Amino acid sequence: MNKPFESPLASATAAKAKARWERDYREAIGTDRSTENVSGIPVRPLYGPDDWANYGQADPLGFPGQPDYTRGIYATMHRGRTWTQRQLIGLGTPADYNERLLGIMARGATAVSLIPCNSVYRGYDMDTVEPELLGTCGVVVNNADHMDRCLEGVDLNRISCALNDPSPFTLLAFMLVTAERRGVDWRSVTGTSNQSDYISHYVANHMFYRLSLPGARRVLMDHIAFCNEKVPRWNPMSVVGQHTQQAGATPAEAMAFTLATAVQNAEDCIARGMDPDQFLPRFTFFFDISLSFFEEVAKFRAGRRIWARLARERLGAKKETAWRFKFHGQTSGVDLTRQQPLNNIARVTAQAMAGIFGGLQSLHTDSYDEVFQVPGEAAARIAVATQNILREEAHLTDVIDPLGGSFYVESLTDTMEEKILSIMKTIDDAGGMYKAVESGLVQRMIGASALRFQQKVDRGEQTIVGVNAYRAEDEAAARPAVERPDPAKMQAHLDAFAAWKKGRSARAVDAALDNLTRAAEDPKANVFAAVVDGARAGLSNEEICARLRRDLGFGQPLAFV
Amino acid sequence: MSLEDTFRPRVLVTKIGLDGHDRGSRIVAAACRDAGMEVIYTPPWQTIAAVVKLALEEDVDVVGISSLATDHLIVPKLTNALRDAGLGHMRVVVGGIVPDNEEAMLLQSGVRQVFHPGGTMDEITAKIREYALEARAAGAHTDMQETP
Repeated sequence: MNKPFESPLASATAAKAKARWERDYREAIGTDRSTENVSGIPVRPLYGPDDWANYGQADPLGFPGQPDYTRGIYATMHRGRTWTQRQLIGLGTPADYNERLLGIMARGATAVSLIPCNSVYRGYDMDTVEPELLGTCGVVVNNADHMDRCLEGVDLNRISCALNDPSPFTLLAFMLVTAERRGVDWRSVTGTSNQSDYISHYVANHMFYRLSLPGARRVLMDHIAFCNEKVPRWNPMSVVGQHTQQAGATPAEAMAFTLATAVQNAEDCIARGMDPDQFLPRFTFFFDISLSFFEEVAKFRAGRRIWARLARERLGAKKETAWRFKFHGQTSGVDLTRQQPLNNIARVTAQAMAGIFGGLQSLHTDSYDEVFQVPGEAAARIAVATQNILREEAHLTDVIDPLGGSFYVESLTDTMEEKILSIMKTIDDAGGMYKAVESGLVQRMIGASALRFQQKVDRGEQTIVGVNAYRAEDEAAARPAVERPDPAKMQAHLDAFAAWKKGRSARAVDAALDNLTRAAEDPKANVFAAVVDGARAGLSNEEICARLRRDLGFGQPLAFV
Repeated sequence: MSLEDTFRPRVLVTKIGLDGHDRGSRIVAAACRDAGMEVIYTPPWQTIAAVVKLALEEDVDVVGISSLATDHLIVPKLTNALRDAGLGHMRVVVGGIVPDNEEAMLLQSGVRQVFHPGGTMDEITAKIREYALEARAAGAHTDMQETP
């Protein structure tokens, strides 16, 4: 309808040219391979004006910083402020972590991240788990003193901290107590509760799963309300698409599940009487960036505009800041291979480019050695350098949304959008995300997709260089030897913790635990406020988690094949 | 028909320790089931004692441990516990992420094989079947010895 004017003669010429290409292509290609992306969308050999619905309209794409934000959520995007380089770190004791942290800050990092030990994720203190495992996947933080030590020399007024901190958010509680001790106003504390999305944990990343589904739902609401009021620059909600995609969801499924989770949490907030214009600007998203390059670019562009519509139309937010889809991307570890491991640097580069062209706000590039271990120092430097090279040598930040207007990318953005919406409809029909994970529907969808992908790899339909194609002699030398935390240092950390526990007043501990129970039993009380009080009174991570598991329920995630 | 034709391996697929990433264990469990084996599957985070108890009760041939974080570091405790429980004939395999410099420690502790990322499901299930046959033969041998 709205196509630019073309003379009949020009149209006839164009149609002839197209017909000729189609004939030439068929003749030259012989038997064409059928190609579809991971989300199941067929991919054709060529895209043109007919494949882009909005082609020829006066304003087919809108502008960056304007709804529906297909081209990005800010007017300047990466040409103004580039994405935040937020590398995840965490290993060993708090002293080990602090040394590593000050090192990366001296080299220019402006944002902190903290990955705790899996024992912390699981809600245990170091004296109740197998000692061999302590500090092997993250830093062992069990109380406010440990957090204080982790962040020694870090100005909490100035530095944004991303904590991998699932419900009931003990790490943030420890950090707020640390801020208090240092005289830092909570109103100036910035950062993100990276693992606040209990739904994604329940579905796909069980190690973060601590409380029962209803318990975690309640504590999340308390956490969002508390932070909105008392720590207003903190992002209490990070909706996670990364876990489901790592677990096997297709890019379209991962985006759909994430948006459905965000809607679930937002509607829960609204049901509690909270104002979407206040809490939505503090919602953030966290995604996996896989190697399916164009599919990932389209996933982000489509997700961004779906969210803008949902925030405005379904959730009733009036402010533009509430419609913006702010996301952190992490290059996908599942795509990395143990075989010929240096190839992973090339994989991470392509993944990072997809995230950048997708318009991310913050990026973690995996180190090539992440298939073996928590990143080593040298490999982590390459991962950071990859971002610097893409930005400053390859000039990826000079132009906003540089793939916008590509017939393929626009067509794929449209079809990914349709696919995402149709998966979201399945979730809505099942009663929303909470019900869909409670019943196992989402888990079954993810399991089926993971199996389908594995079968493609096994059949050789999906090439993985060095694994099912281009195999080379095993390059054991390229694989770094893995080092574990120093057992002597960890033992000293354990001994100090035991002494600290013994030195506390049993009465004060009991009183703090009772305070938690009272909050849990009173639907009007704020459980997260009680967690902060408990941290201040000297409760440990396990004590807080165990008490809330008792009072709010411990839910075993569904597990089936 | 020989034993090999009618043999249905019994396999326990589980995770011990602290990590919950279960994509690998679910895929391998499904592949074993599709290859005609009896599969006992558990959620992650089993204790070593719970795995030994289940292995005994279910009388499995192979115990498959999936480890994506660092939980392989406590597998030697599991192989010891199995031997202590008189289940030394069962074959233990580990799949997932195991650094080269820690593989020897696992093999020395009695782990039959470590499956690294990149193997096909056919390769993995063929090996598990082979180890199950070994375990069944070793178990029968032990039983005969114990018979007075």
